[in-house]
Amino acid sequence: MPTDTAVRAEALVKTFGSTRALDGIDLEIPTGTVLGLLGPNGAGKTTAVRILTTLLRPDSGRAWVAGHDVLAEPDKVRRSIGLSGQYAAVDENLTGFENLYMVGRLYGMNKPDARTRATELINRFRLTDAAARPSKTYSGGMRRRLDLAGALVAEPQVVLLDEPTTGLDPRGRLDTWEVIGELVADGATVLLTTQYLEEADQLADTILVIDHGKVIASGTADQLKAEVGGERLEIVVAEESEVEATTRVLAEVGSAEPTVDRHGKRVQVLVDAGPKSLVEALRRLDVENVTVLDVGLHRPTLDDVFLSLTGHATEETA
Amino acid sequence: MTVLTQGLRDSGIVAWRNLLNVRRNADWLFAAVIQPIMFVLLFAYVFGGALGGGQYREFLIAGIFVQTISFNSAFTVIGLCNDLQKGIIDRFRSLPMSRLAVLLGRTTSDLVVSALALLIMSLCGLLVGWRIRGSFLDAVLAYLLLLLFGFAMSWIGALIGLSAPSVEVAQSAGLMWLFPLSFISSAFVGAGTMPGPLRVVAEWNPFTAVIQSVRDLFGNEAPPGMAPPPGWPADNAVLYALLSSIVILAVFVPLSVAKYRRVASK
Repeated sequence: MPTDTAVRAEALVKTFGSTRALDGIDLEIPTGTVLGLLGPNGAGKTTAVRILTTLLRPDSGRAWVAGHDVLAEPDKVRRSIGLSGQYAAVDENLTGFENLYMVGRLYGMNKPDARTRATELINRFRLTDAAARPSKTYSGGMRRRLDLAGALVAEPQVVLLDEPTTGLDPRGRLDTWEVIGELVADGATVLLTTQYLEEADQLADTILVIDHGKVIASGTADQLKAEVGGERLEIVVAEESEVEATTRVLAEVGSAEPTVDRHGKRVQVLVDAGPKSLVEALRRLDVENVTVLDVGLHRPTLDDVFLSLTGHATEETA
Repeated sequence: MTVLTQGLRDSGIVAWRNLLNVRRNADWLFAAVIQPIMFVLLFAYVFGGALGGGQYREFLIAGIFVQTISFNSAFTVIGLCNDLQKGIIDRFRSLPMSRLAVLLGRTTSDLVVSALALLIMSLCGLLVGWRIRGSFLDAVLAYLLLLLFGFAMSWIGALIGLSAPSVEVAQSAGLMWLFPLSFISSAFVGAGTMPGPLRVVAEWNPFTAVIQSVRDLFGNEAPPGMAPPPGWPADNAVLYALLSSIVILAVFVPLSVAKYRRVASK
């Protein structure tokens, strides 16, 4: 494995009963970059992370992390990684400081080093005031920060974050994004799984879209958007009774099936001709006597990418 | 660092963490101490009068000791199941630490809780009239045997805790199997009064062996009619108790460690 590749997986397969959680995944993360593993619930993201962190053995396929084979040298892999899971894996009865101190000790640090490192991380993650309180008194965002800090205790070369912002409020999400940004600035290689397309767009250098255990697309956010092509036309009408006519019109004007949010009186469709399509749609809606409240023409988001790749929306928009 | 010293060091860290949990969560000690005290009072004064009075109370305490330390294995069950559910086991398994440490740390911290509970139960026993009538050395041996047996029971608890699908199941599964085991023994009445098949089970039950050893070593006489039926297990109680503990450890330590390697957080 070349040294400029921090993580590499070849043809990973894992089945649980009759479910193929991973169906031949390949991935490669250049050192010092962020890979976003994007997909809906059950796509196989967590399974991939569990294999790369030695928690699970694949049925077939191979993987290397920081130059070590995850199957042959799991202990060396564990020395090089930091994992932050889907739920904040902190001991609620221990204080924030004690949680980090314990992890440091279990990485093999001596007592003074573990203490110094725990204090450093407590300050860096803005938990100083809460350091001596049991972590069960922490807010969801604070717990997540503590868990993230736990993944960084040994200054790992590769950090794996499994849905680091799931269940956080917007402020907690922004906090977490900031920390991940700092991590990358410090030169760490990051694998990040997420269901939030916006998150992958914000944080990842490369995005791997997976669904049903297979990679269905990869590239930068811009490349993926370009793949979808065109723009997205969005119309909001005044009455729910007008949604049907609007859908019909947009189906004629657009280049794909419109998506309808009946409750929000909102209809969207991908269009090829940009402003021209917009004008055409408005003209026809006027003929149909539809009252248009709002209209927008957007560059495609990763939601559109996902929809056009899989034929179904992601969990949060479904 | 050799595998063994790393294993012991990591286990010590996990045990430290568990004991901090015990200290900050009073329910644990409550269950480990209040419940057995309740049993002492129930048996000593509700049944005790009919069963032999003062001599029965002295007879009873060894049974209570063994029940206390074996019921403490439920802490291992619940503790491990909790760690699994909260994803803490995932964190531990992703660290370059000994594969044995989470389990050994847990059973060790429960051993400390058991020792504490035994101390309190001994004081409680003294209050109801129980006395150590044997030599100092025999008394030390009795306590060591109790702790060894409790440690072995914790390893059975470890396997149950890693296999339980939820904390609720762990909570009842961790105690359920202990009821028949502790009652079909000489803990509360002599095995000699039980009907045929039950008596055989009671005679060969490792609980009976540990209880009998402890009574012998402390010099606590059985009230009339409660003396153990003669036979190999009763005549070689200490040996049988030691052997049972060692066999339980030899079976359940490897089984639990193997389970831990494969286990996934829910």
